[in-house]
Amino acid sequence: MAIIEAKRLTKIFGPDPKKAIPLLDKGWSKEKIHAETKLTVGVNQAEFAIEAGQIFVIMGLSGSGKSTLVRLINRLIEPTSGQILFNGTDVLRMNPEQLRQFRRKNVGMVFQKFALFPHRTVIQNIEYGLEVQGIDKKKRRDMAMQSLELVGLSGWENSYPEQLSGGMQQRVGLARGLANDPDVLLMDEAFSALDPLIRKDMQDELLVLQSKMKKTIVFITHDLNEALRIGDQIALMRDGSIVQIGTPDEILMQPANKYVERFVEDVDLSKVLTASHVMEKAETITIERGPRVALQFMRDRGVSSLYAVDKAMNLLGVITAEDASRALKEGLSLQEVLLQEAPIASPEALINELFEGMGSSKLPVAVVDGGNRLLGVVLKGAVLAALAGNTVFGAGDSA
Amino acid sequence: MSMNIPKIPLADWIESLEAWLETNLDPLFGAIRVVVGGTVGGLDTALNSVHPLLLIVIFTLLAWFIGRWRMAIFTAIGLLVIDNLGLWSQTMQTLALVLTAAIISVVIGVPIGILCARNNSVQKVVTPLLDFMQTMPAFVYLLPAVTFFSLGVVPGVISSIIFAIPPTIRLTNLGIRQVPAELVEAADAFGSTPSQKLFKLQLPIAMPTIMAGINQTIMLSLSMVVIASMIGAQGVGAYVYRAVTQGNTGVGFEAGLAIVILAIILDRLTQQVIRRTKTNG
Repeated sequence: MAIIEAKRLTKIFGPDPKKAIPLLDKGWSKEKIHAETKLTVGVNQAEFAIEAGQIFVIMGLSGSGKSTLVRLINRLIEPTSGQILFNGTDVLRMNPEQLRQFRRKNVGMVFQKFALFPHRTVIQNIEYGLEVQGIDKKKRRDMAMQSLELVGLSGWENSYPEQLSGGMQQRVGLARGLANDPDVLLMDEAFSALDPLIRKDMQDELLVLQSKMKKTIVFITHDLNEALRIGDQIALMRDGSIVQIGTPDEILMQPANKYVERFVEDVDLSKVLTASHVMEKAETITIERGPRVALQFMRDRGVSSLYAVDKAMNLLGVITAEDASRALKEGLSLQEVLLQEAPIASPEALINELFEGMGSSKLPVAVVDGGNRLLGVVLKGAVLAALAGNTVFGAGDSA
Repeated sequence: MSMNIPKIPLADWIESLEAWLETNLDPLFGAIRVVVGGTVGGLDTALNSVHPLLLIVIFTLLAWFIGRWRMAIFTAIGLLVIDNLGLWSQTMQTLALVLTAAIISVVIGVPIGILCARNNSVQKVVTPLLDFMQTMPAFVYLLPAVTFFSLGVVPGVISSIIFAIPPTIRLTNLGIRQVPAELVEAADAFGSTPSQKLFKLQLPIAMPTIMAGINQTIMLSLSMVVIASMIGAQGVGAYVYRAVTQGNTGVGFEAGLAIVILAIILDRLTQQVIRRTKTNG
């Protein structure tokens, strides 16, 4: 069962917002409703289900309603209509005390501009959520220290936030969000205020944390590259509506409509596409065969090299045409003329990394999984075509 | 022009209101008289029961603790000058009056400021009232104050409070409203109750601003001591008032100087406290 589920979740801003609900039901646009009623549609009948342990990315440009949507989940902004279910319980029906308990125990939050309390030290910031629960001082200090360690800031506990760099401040923000061990972590553009290198580090670290802690994360971003990088599921928003929900591959390869398509066009493909997207079937030969068979294979398939594999398709090396003819002349086995310096990459390798590795070698890049099993090859031409954006995708199975 | 329109009998209305309040709220005024009179009297007795030199040492140490050397030296010399001029006990009476007015202003003003910050309707009612209190000439408060509390130090304190409380209310309101919305949101997101939010976030962040208001309140109530002496409040203000009525410039200057010294000490001490609350985060 989904841990969080939104049903026709709607937020209208302005006086008497309920009167816009029937207009939304009629399918009126955000502009038309604003023109007729002066009401602003923040979130329009959002429907989604988030499975426990997922990173669910809500992605959209500014003004698309993504920050409003995440605040509807813990009711920092009160929804106008619809339902938000947490493990099947309607959050909108909670009384103030139940809502407080829900916020204290079940959801943590990390903010774009960190929102650390300037009058509290790092550790006092982290333990804030525990303090308001009335957890005794020693216990909450221990829990906060663990959280601090998790984000790699041990030793900074008695500093004040202003003494820390932006990246460190957001680590504190993350530690604060995780301190009460919530089921769900809401992250509102949590990395948007950080510079690109720090941002990438933080994304990596979040993925590591996530694989360790198995939190459900709702991550808001306006950056599609970030969304594609960390999201298990991505919900793309426009004008308050969710226009597509899918895995990164689905968003990229099967845009639901023109809007998503235009969005995806702007993606820096070299940072999104991986070897698995552009690889082709490898021409292989099992190592026990002789050089004559190898040369015959090459002639038949019009290639100048073959990948030598064992029976389990584990990559052993490369046989070039020259080496095969030399083996034939000198009576050597394939094993003896095997080239072992063939460039290899994992299926998750980004193609801009592949491209860097290709310059020096005449050979294509072999794509192997963690067990050294040969999955395919990436040719230089395929990388260039992919970078130029005119490739038909969908051949590679998504990693 | 408007010859035929009769004058609004505002003065009559105010006086009947005053009379009505006097008859109907007498027990309340009595209680206020006891509390305020008791506080001023107690402080006055306490300050005057300690030997001046010992008190000067205590004040100097306090100044050193809060503001370091320059502050301490000024305090010591300033208070010694006051003692030398023979105005010590009057100055302590004045200090008792000012402190009482300031304490009561804070006790009443900070909660009102908090209410204003939390509720726009309260703010809409209170703000014009504060404008009125600050612009109405202070002398006007003296008359009803005397009617309700009779002559002496109590009406002096009461009119000082009316005159001096607005900055505390205003700046408490402002300070809390200026707490960044994202911090308030964070406090909400972690499940704070309204009072946890107030005491753990809003008041600490607003503290420098609130202290600036309290500083203003102290300064304004100090500026009321001469006016308050017109209705029988004792202290150094009464010396100034007497010197003015008798045309005695020398005495007036001595007493005025004592007020200035007291004002500078109180101002610098509270300023220093503001600076400290700021640097502490």
